[in-house]
Amino acid sequence: MIGAGIVGNSMAYHLARQGWRDIVLIDKGALPNPGGSTGHASNFIFTTDHSKEMTAFTLDSVRQYKDLGVFTQSGGIEVARTPERMEEFKRRLASAHAWGIEAELISPARIKELVPYIEESILLGGFYTPGVGVVDSLRAGTLMREAAVEMGALTVSAMTETTGIDVVDGRVTAVRTDRGDIQTETVVIACGIWSPRIARMAGASIPLTPAVHQMISVGPVPAFADTVGEITFPIVRDMDTNMYERQHGGDLEVGSYAHRAILMSPDEIPSIAESAQSPTELPFTDDDFDVQMEQALELVPEILRDERVGVRYAINGLLSLTPDGMPILGETPEVRGLWSVAAVWIKEAPGIARTVAEWMTHGTPDIDPHSSDIARFYDHHRVAAHIDARSAEGFNKTYGIVHPMEQWNSNRNVRLSPINTRQRELGAVFFEAAGWERPFWYGTNESLLAEYGERVMPRAAEWESRWWSPIINAEHLAMRDRVGMVDLAAFAIFDATGPGATEYLQGLVVNQVDVKVGRVIYTPLLNAAGGIVADLTIIRLGRDHYRVVTGGGMGMRDKKWFIDHLPADGSVQVHDLTSALYTIGVWGPRARDLVQSVTSADLSNAAFPFGTARTVDISGVRTLMSRISYVGELGWEIYAPMEQGLKLWDVLWAAGQPLGVVAVGIGVYAVTGRLEKGYRAHGNELELDFNLVEAGMARPSVKDADFVGKAAYLVQRASAPAAILCTLTIDDPTSASGVRRYMLGREPITTPDGGFLVNSRGRRSYATSAGSAPSIGKHVLMSYLPPEYAIEGTKLAVEYFGERYPVTVAIVGSRPIFDPENTRIRA
Amino acid sequence: MNILVCVKRVPETGGRVTLSADAREIDTRYLGFTVSPHEECATEEAVRLVEANGGSSTVLTLGPEAAADQLRAAMAIGIDRAILLETDGQDWDPVATAAAIVDAIRAEAAAGVQYDLLLFGNEAADSGDFQVGIRVAIALGLPCINGVKSLEIKDGVATARREAGGGWEVFQVPLPAIVAVREGINLPRYPSVPGRLRAKKKEIERSVPVARQAGAAGPEKIRLSLPAESEGRAEILGTGADAAPAVVDLLERIGVLA
Repeated sequence: MIGAGIVGNSMAYHLARQGWRDIVLIDKGALPNPGGSTGHASNFIFTTDHSKEMTAFTLDSVRQYKDLGVFTQSGGIEVARTPERMEEFKRRLASAHAWGIEAELISPARIKELVPYIEESILLGGFYTPGVGVVDSLRAGTLMREAAVEMGALTVSAMTETTGIDVVDGRVTAVRTDRGDIQTETVVIACGIWSPRIARMAGASIPLTPAVHQMISVGPVPAFADTVGEITFPIVRDMDTNMYERQHGGDLEVGSYAHRAILMSPDEIPSIAESAQSPTELPFTDDDFDVQMEQALELVPEILRDERVGVRYAINGLLSLTPDGMPILGETPEVRGLWSVAAVWIKEAPGIARTVAEWMTHGTPDIDPHSSDIARFYDHHRVAAHIDARSAEGFNKTYGIVHPMEQWNSNRNVRLSPINTRQRELGAVFFEAAGWERPFWYGTNESLLAEYGERVMPRAAEWESRWWSPIINAEHLAMRDRVGMVDLAAFAIFDATGPGATEYLQGLVVNQVDVKVGRVIYTPLLNAAGGIVADLTIIRLGRDHYRVVTGGGMGMRDKKWFIDHLPADGSVQVHDLTSALYTIGVWGPRARDLVQSVTSADLSNAAFPFGTARTVDISGVRTLMSRISYVGELGWEIYAPMEQGLKLWDVLWAAGQPLGVVAVGIGVYAVTGRLEKGYRAHGNELELDFNLVEAGMARPSVKDADFVGKAAYLVQRASAPAAILCTLTIDDPTSASGVRRYMLGREPITTPDGGFLVNSRGRRSYATSAGSAPSIGKHVLMSYLPPEYAIEGTKLAVEYFGERYPVTVAIVGSRPIFDPENTRIRA
Repeated sequence: MNILVCVKRVPETGGRVTLSADAREIDTRYLGFTVSPHEECATEEAVRLVEANGGSSTVLTLGPEAAADQLRAAMAIGIDRAILLETDGQDWDPVATAAAIVDAIRAEAAAGVQYDLLLFGNEAADSGDFQVGIRVAIALGLPCINGVKSLEIKDGVATARREAGGGWEVFQVPLPAIVAVREGINLPRYPSVPGRLRAKKKEIERSVPVARQAGAAGPEKIRLSLPAESEGRAEILGTGADAAPAVVDLLERIGVLA
């Protein structure tokens, strides 16, 4: 274990609890504060995050800090200066309700009652979380370290600097330090801002950047003179100015995320010896803080205008930023046995440590860490230009109002489809996925709006119309009426080949892979505990040759899962073809007519049934056509060499003109088309804490072959599900003010009178997905409901921006709400 | 009364000092800047004297543009005016520095500004020359007291005290005079937030001093070298309550407890 900040100490403790022994914790600094970010952290914990994963880590951490006796509950208030922020608080309250956190919206007068030194006249209201508090993170680290020592599991070696990490045949073998070498097969990098430097010693990368967070501490504050302990008054987050103000004994700490992003290279961090204070407490740069100082004065004038209250401490504190704002956890894809637990803040550290320790020990963590998995990164994510651009852009969003579909501005156009020029000609509005620029809709399809009128379900509310266009729904309807072409360049594709391929895949995925050559298999993947790891399609191309096609977003993570499970005897190889193969989806009632017009192959239903794949020459391009659909229509995914993608598109596009073909964006593919068919998506419906029975994906029988998670899956099948995934329709989207509102996902599902639905495993019901279903003219949600509510026709409600909207349980299980018999797909 | 405080921008060292490649400068890549603790006290003393007696205080430095930060820090705790004798960042030796300060004071006088008291820190935190105050005093023909840890001004007379071998030396000099103070004369205040904001908005009066180094006798910096680091030593006195007698003994031995 390298690094004795909050993360390293928590990791040592949790690994010891998991039964690990012979753990060595080293740090180049002295204990208990070796000089990393833990030592200067402001140590407060706000619990609600729109991300379920981050909230789960945080809530678990709070429980642990409480058990250690280092948590002081103070309450916390996020305050609003603008109407937009008040709206955001309503959304935040919905997230709190979805994740089971007690919180309320409060008036300026109530804020003043709780925080008497605040200037409430500039505020519109607040989001109050009574369970917010502060922790003594250095003490927590010490207690956990000592507990691990007590268990006989841990040796601590402070003032021991890592000088190298030995790797043999892709596997870690030793850590070299200035006080001797340690032979080991497992190394955990918990080095905060130094993590990239340490990982590089092993030839791995941890894409984070050190960045400055400015903080000052003023005192002595007369209002705090009579308070006892570290904190009495609630912590205030001044969201619209990106600042916080919190009592710390007799002082008031003022911190900021509003200043320009000040990034540093990990190689520029001073050594402990060279640092005036510590390597992560750099000299304060006044100019960057000026504007914030004025804004803080407005909010807490009673304290900050007091000439007796002095600025006693001011630093540019270093913390870790990542290009997507999430932590970096898990075994590095480059080096076996080398784990990263980096870019972790105080508020989530013990929860993350528990999760990673479980992951390292038996591979089945309680909390699903997929959004934080280090394996999510592609190579383009690992370069400094990307890390710096996105970290800088993300920094000022720390307290931002971030729309769930909000796109990044920096470092775009990194991965382009071979038909990018055509997409531009068609007025594509690009959203990014895994670096790929994907058209979410096409501007030239605006002409379809007149054709479909109100059926495109126009949105009047600004929030839902942001990052959205009615053109998406028009494309959807045109595809269902005629035929659509979808660019699917972002697929991650890899082949598994070799004499052991069938046995290997059979042991890895749930569904039968020993099928006839040319069959397409859709299958989930489980971990040993029966949690859902991924879902993807596999095409059997030969006796010993399978092609795996999965979404771009989690493609590299899925690939690592496949590689990690390869047999040791070398009888199977996995080859990444992501950059070699291009994919076009052609779907709709006229899809067969379209493709048949440019090939001599027999595409009739008899010759080319659903769920099969074959090589087809299309006007000079040799393609692989796979008859499946994620949008519920007749049609194919057509694979071709990347460099022939443009030609293939042009041929199909020309052929489609007489049929009224439309270019269809990902807004249809990933949302509307999918939801109408009840298709589950990883990260939404499919996560470790749901199982296949709950998801309605359990097939009538289970194959004989053993596979990862089978035993757990059999137990799940034999038990009553704690919740059942349902499709719900909005009965009436009209708000109190008469505006139609359309949920975007993650909203709590309640009884009609607002009672939260909690299933027998303690999970609350929330919308795992939400979107238009233009073919049925309704807005739909998916949600896991406790069995007593999972009855078709049940009336429930969804909470959205502080109002409840009536919904009906339309479908229980996986039956599609549109074309329930799947006649279109099998046409 | 009218008080001038002279300060010098120096690196704020705390950890191990490292030198630039040519060993002529301290490597300041990771360092902030400040003034010496003596000068912080001189600044505080000026603010207190003006608070008590009325008048006005001015802070002066000779240094690069960035030294404006140190002038603003002084204004943030209550100094009224700031003068920057702006250099190109090269080190000026004490002879040249004193000469430039004398020029500035004479220019002020020509403009009708007379100082009753000139405060210096006892020595700069980086070069430790102990010279500038005395050289300015001689050039201006003013009395000078250094090492001062207590200062009173009454009826045009400064009464200054400094430590001398277990006792105090007490000096009385008529104003105008120069006093070089030592850390401990007072406990400098922290700047308040309004103070910092006021300081941000204040003008800094800038001029370019005439260098008079050529031919002047005085010390010259050739290179810096780092002294050997003294090894830290730790001794474990005991554990738990059993350690208490040993701790008390030690505290008595080093004079913390009577």
